[in-house]
Amino acid sequence: MKYVDEYRDPKIALAVTGEIARKVTRPWVLMEVCGGQTHTLMRYGIDELLPPAIEMVHGPGCPVCVTPLEMVDRAIRIASLPDVIFTSYGDMLRVPGSESDLFQAKANGADVRVVYSPLDAVKIARTNPNRQVVFFGVGFETTAPANGMAVWQAKREGLRNFSMLVSHVLVPPAMRLILSSPLNRVQGFIAPGHVCTVMGYREYEDLVSEFHVPMVVGGFEPLDLLESISMLVSQLEEGRAEVENQYVRSVNPEGNLAAQNILREVFEVSDRQWRGIGPIAQSGYKLRQEFADFDAERVFDVGDSHAEEPKECISALVLQGLKKPVDCPAFGKRCTPMTPLGAPMVSAEGACAAYYQYRRHATAIA
Amino acid sequence: MCLAVPGRLLSVEGDDPAFRLGRVDFCGVKKTVNLAFTPDAEPGEFLLVHVGFALTRIDEEEAHRTYQYLAQIGALAEEGLAPPDPNGFATLAEQGLAP
Repeated sequence: MKYVDEYRDPKIALAVTGEIARKVTRPWVLMEVCGGQTHTLMRYGIDELLPPAIEMVHGPGCPVCVTPLEMVDRAIRIASLPDVIFTSYGDMLRVPGSESDLFQAKANGADVRVVYSPLDAVKIARTNPNRQVVFFGVGFETTAPANGMAVWQAKREGLRNFSMLVSHVLVPPAMRLILSSPLNRVQGFIAPGHVCTVMGYREYEDLVSEFHVPMVVGGFEPLDLLESISMLVSQLEEGRAEVENQYVRSVNPEGNLAAQNILREVFEVSDRQWRGIGPIAQSGYKLRQEFADFDAERVFDVGDSHAEEPKECISALVLQGLKKPVDCPAFGKRCTPMTPLGAPMVSAEGACAAYYQYRRHATAIA
Repeated sequence: MCLAVPGRLLSVEGDDPAFRLGRVDFCGVKKTVNLAFTPDAEPGEFLLVHVGFALTRIDEEEAHRTYQYLAQIGALAEEGLAPPDPNGFATLAEQGLAP
């Protein structure tokens, strides 16, 4: 390939970290919200390249991690019904519910199928008119338009055997929760690049004016993150608080209007439960009344269930940036990716799993 | 989960904006992608694709770089894609689809 790899060039990375070190005059705590960005930070040891004055804490932006236990239980219950084909993105299969996971349900005979796109699930519904096809609709704003379009298409085609178990969450309400906490330590945010590709960043400007905290919309590669951190440090050192866009090659201020139109048509904003955090008002999507026939929670009587997270798990504090994974006594011992106690150890994009994979040597930071 | 993979749009089919589909080359693996969110995308352009939908158009250099990056971190298999062809994205002419 003919293209120079400048976004991973170690010389440029060192130049940016040098620039950050020159600018910093005091300690700052920064949060990357998106799990994909957490993964990059850990994988490339970016947090260890930074001057010690910059502390990175890791946000709740991993949809697999924050999907509530009860929702996983519901998925397993629906998947286990006769005549149901349960479809899901691959990441959700090994997420533990209170007693089991979808892999286990599949091993026990449930028809659970991994799809790469919600439209694949619609296709399965078309070709299996005698089976009920359910899609597990998880994700942040990046994924919601695709899932919404699948429901929209199914309705337009008059498919009677397709429905979605909706568990969509939104980034800004979670950031507001973190900023509103009396314990909050976060002084600047890297906002999620692909969420903003869809939504633009006007909502983040509202948060900035409300809380006077700088934000930089950032990409996912190592140099994207270093540049975003550098831009945040400049704002903090200069006493500015605004939304800046590092990920210009994908994000414009208004976002993708066609995608937003589908979101508005299919979904309405609703309260949602976040695994590890609890309920957050107006923090997710549910299907609008017009699409009620496609709501798996109405199609199937799944009941109302409440499940408790293991008491030892400190994921609520980790997901809000109040604790590091290595601060947890269970980390790497009773809690590993193979035997996760809580949400952030479940997905590769969760902070605990990223620490486990790339930072097992780390000890608790006092 | 919010990752998006770049690909080159080879051809477009369908007139209905909600069902408009594109044949997209991901360095050798060809897939059908929904173009509802990129209504202006034209063959030859590079798109950032997430769960079967094009989210935005990007430039060619960015597409190559991001693709290599995703291959390096092993994220392509997660999206159902193979490692990149060492020859990179096929051109439209190579696909027999000269613009």
